[in-house]
Amino acid sequence: MHSPKPNPETDWPSELYRILKAADVRQMSYVPDAGHSRLIRMFSADRDVTTNVLTTEEEGIAIAAGAWLGGQRSVLLMQSSGVGNCINMLSLSAIGRFPLLMLVTMRGEWAEFNPWQVPMSRATQPSLEAIGLKVMRAETPEDLVETVESAASLAYESDQQIAVLIGQRLIGKKKW
Amino acid sequence: MPMQAQLDRRAAVAALLKDRKDTLVVSGLGSPTYDLHSAGDHDGNFYLWGAMGGAALIGLGLAQAQPEKRVLALTGDGEQLMGLGGIATIGVARPRNLDIVVIDNQHFGETGMQASHTGRGVDLTAIAAACGFAATGTVRTLEEVQCLAAQIAAPSDGPRLFVIKVLAENPPRSLPSRDAVFIKNRFRAHLGFAAA
Repeated sequence: MHSPKPNPETDWPSELYRILKAADVRQMSYVPDAGHSRLIRMFSADRDVTTNVLTTEEEGIAIAAGAWLGGQRSVLLMQSSGVGNCINMLSLSAIGRFPLLMLVTMRGEWAEFNPWQVPMSRATQPSLEAIGLKVMRAETPEDLVETVESAASLAYESDQQIAVLIGQRLIGKKKW
Repeated sequence: MPMQAQLDRRAAVAALLKDRKDTLVVSGLGSPTYDLHSAGDHDGNFYLWGAMGGAALIGLGLAQAQPEKRVLALTGDGEQLMGLGGIATIGVARPRNLDIVVIDNQHFGETGMQASHTGRGVDLTAIAAACGFAATGTVRTLEEVQCLAAQIAAPSDGPRLFVIKVLAENPPRSLPSRDAVFIKNRFRAHLGFAAA
């Protein structure tokens, strides 16, 4: 059978799902973002992964630590506005050296219609770095797939706390 | 006005955990962490010294990863009030093996005993019930805590939240290790996971 090679330009959510499954991620928590919607749908349909919808993003930091205590790997999805909600809870990951992988879709930095997204967009990377996370950025689908693959290894195998920022240019312009 | 709680928090937590078997316990920062340590250090304890609002949610991640084990989040009224949204998240997740027990002195005991919301009409059990918890309740005496210990040892078809009303006082601190990496690795080793 011929199976067409996936096109990363359009299939990057499927590629991220494949990578995270290969990394044995068993829990996924999220505050929705349009940029994450396909990945959220894929995980939600997967009976081997427990998904948690959150009321605020820092809940996912705590869930990830609990999952690791219990022997499972988890991933946390949010948009950049949610990073500000996480800062104190990230003390837990930092001081406990808990593996942490956050995938953050950026708002407020590229063709943004909503000015209220801009201040937190500007603060996202500095505040994550200030609390001790390693920040990796991807601006193209090809780069994103490779970045998440290496971030997953760093997080789960080297006990690191990683945020992958997914550039707004990559997500595409939101339609109003 | 409800009567002033008289229950000693250390006696309450000791009675709650007297026959804990293999229950895994996560304690919220401040007095619940000291109470848990005072009841007996245990490899299946994870003590928080920060991350306020996170105790029950660490319990959720743990309960989801270890569905065959009972998980208890032992926390205070102030800590759980900071994590109110987490009660909704846990209600939706509906783990069968997670209990939240709030040691409620109606005050922020660690910071000068300022009155908290729970002494001013906010009822955490009503919030949990509205979020779909399988069982909730409030207890005020040692005998009731002993009954509660038996209740949380029994299976449930969803998460439960119980409030233990205790006297607002700070007993002498009983301090576990503040080294979270050590406590984490000890906890994971207890469940059979090797340190990286």
